[in-house]
Amino acid sequence: MARILSILVGLFFTVALAWSLGLGFYTWATEPAQPTAEHEFHEHPKHVSFASDGPFGTFDKQQLQRGFQVYQQVCAACHALKHVAFRDLEKIGYNEPEVKAIAAQFQIPKYDEMTGMVETVEGTPTDYFPPVMYAGQGSPPDLSLITKARHDGGPYVYSLLTGYQDQPAELLKHFPEAKTPDGLYYNPYFPNLNLAMPAPLMEDMVTYSDGTPATVDQMAKDVSAFLIWTAEPTMDKRKQTGWPILGFLLFATILGYMSYRNIWANKKH
Amino acid sequence: MSFPWAKEYTPSHPFMKWMDERLPVPRLVYNAVGGGYEVPRNLNYFWNFGFLAGLCLVLQIVTGIVMAMHYAANTEVAFDTIEHTVRDVNWGWLMRYAHANGASAFFVVIYVHIFRGFYFGSYKAPREMVWLLGVVIFLLMMATAFMGYVLPWGQMSFWGAKVITGLFSAIPLVGEPLQQWLLGGFAPDNAALNRFFSLHYLLPFVIVGVVILHIWALHIPGSSNPTGVEVKSESDTVPFYPYYVAKDGWAIGVFAILYCAMVFFAPNYLGHPDNYIPANPMSTPAHIVPEWYFWPFYAILRAFTQDFFFIPAKLMGVLAMFGAILVWFFLPWLDKSPIRSSSYRPLYKKFFWFGLIPTMAVLFYCGGAAAEEPYVMISQIAALYYFAHFLIILPIVSAIEKPKPLPFSITEAVLGKDEDAKLEPSA
Repeated sequence: MARILSILVGLFFTVALAWSLGLGFYTWATEPAQPTAEHEFHEHPKHVSFASDGPFGTFDKQQLQRGFQVYQQVCAACHALKHVAFRDLEKIGYNEPEVKAIAAQFQIPKYDEMTGMVETVEGTPTDYFPPVMYAGQGSPPDLSLITKARHDGGPYVYSLLTGYQDQPAELLKHFPEAKTPDGLYYNPYFPNLNLAMPAPLMEDMVTYSDGTPATVDQMAKDVSAFLIWTAEPTMDKRKQTGWPILGFLLFATILGYMSYRNIWANKKH
Repeated sequence: MSFPWAKEYTPSHPFMKWMDERLPVPRLVYNAVGGGYEVPRNLNYFWNFGFLAGLCLVLQIVTGIVMAMHYAANTEVAFDTIEHTVRDVNWGWLMRYAHANGASAFFVVIYVHIFRGFYFGSYKAPREMVWLLGVVIFLLMMATAFMGYVLPWGQMSFWGAKVITGLFSAIPLVGEPLQQWLLGGFAPDNAALNRFFSLHYLLPFVIVGVVILHIWALHIPGSSNPTGVEVKSESDTVPFYPYYVAKDGWAIGVFAILYCAMVFFAPNYLGHPDNYIPANPMSTPAHIVPEWYFWPFYAILRAFTQDFFFIPAKLMGVLAMFGAILVWFFLPWLDKSPIRSSSYRPLYKKFFWFGLIPTMAVLFYCGGAAAEEPYVMISQIAALYYFAHFLIILPIVSAIEKPKPLPFSITEAVLGKDEDAKLEPSA
């Protein structure tokens, strides 16, 4: 009885699935899926390496400072960095007076309990990067976590910043309706190929304090490295902590294995 | 509750004697995981995963309690409190990654544990209760993991909550009111986040309770073993301490190495990048996928693309997804074969290795892939086999299969001979 019931229930599900499968197959065979411009022209991020890559990766503080310069002078006009505090900048090699000076360049909205008014005051090291008032088209995302919030984050940001180009003629030929609308910019590294942000970097836009030539490629790499850091400032500590722990565990496991062999030595199993 | 030759707890220190007469906790521990619990001597490494699962539960509770100290269940700040924990709390990043990857580790371990049960027939008499309680634990784990994933209030948290609670709306008549009641609103919001946090904190302790029952039920007949032949005599078993403490001990080491490698060097590998974007009800992610451990069941849910007579496709999918797990409850009665271990079941063994395992792998892959062809068709074939395996093939195979001869005893299986086999079987 139980067996008959179970087979009936089994048939219920398998027949329903076969029905879905059959109709699905028919649709698939008779109406092949139309290719889309996104599918054909979207590109995976370029290969680019950072000092923080890999299990031994650490941050290149010099590069992070350059990246911060790019963020401050270019990106900060539209993009906030709300999870990062000015004091965090000490971790990338700025000293206390420098951090104070950087913080003071930002205006922080503060709620005054006495008057009930919001007033802006000069930032101090304990403040976080302030919200950015943006009035243009689109909605620039906060950049604190951007490299964690995108697949292949660092290379993605780098590719996006260096990937602006004219729409390929072939794309327009095959997908005339996919022409980049006015006010948007074509970039094959962006998921739907068109984004509201115009190419933000131009040669020598930033004068690096360490004298590195500010090419678009260099700036893109530096700011990507900086954003890898903002997404996880504790990453170097994490990787450095991991090795001794793995070493200890390996040692303990070998000891554990030896005692296991020892205890079972006379017990066939 | 135990074999006659099991050693009895004999406290030697006066304090332990005093204690034993008043609150015999040491006796309980001794009989549960000490020298008083006799275990088959021939267990293979698949039998380590029960112990590892217990370890994962403890790990999740400890790291979870620390996370809760820094978390606020409020949609305005939930995302930020997690970031605060990771960035500014001492070792907060470690707690966060240990907890997130701990969930994955728990599911890896539990899947091996469950499939060990499928292969070696651990669900069969007299261990049906062990199995049933195990399925209850698995369901509780799934609920806990799902609600935990909602807590960071990222994009996948929000949309995952929306999709999963939306499943209840497929139930005829009461579906929509039920969904609103579960969420405390029309869409996931502060009310939902708060109750998910409350339940996410509660359920692990419910799991602890069911785990205690699971182990209690296990200790009545004692552990099963790879031959599936019940323990007959003293030479079949060894005491848990020191034998299996040593074996579990070094297995923990291997587990810890793999787990720490994930936590320290690839902590975000198993997560979805979209969950680092704060929840935004106005922007739907391109692909809504649950965490990896739900993929096989998510694939089953999505495999039903057509209405079946008067049953809408969505309801079929929901029925099938829950049914895919609920069918495990009936396993002890679907599989009528008296032989436990697949080692002696040539036909069932083939269906296990060439049917069930590849099916699970395919469902797993398709559940994580986008809902487009050919993945949908592939997952339909796999889901079809999944239900056929448990509900049609298993009952038939167990009726027609001709098993291989079993060893007389565990001792004979291990040593090649058992003196008792010539005499009458001892008690």
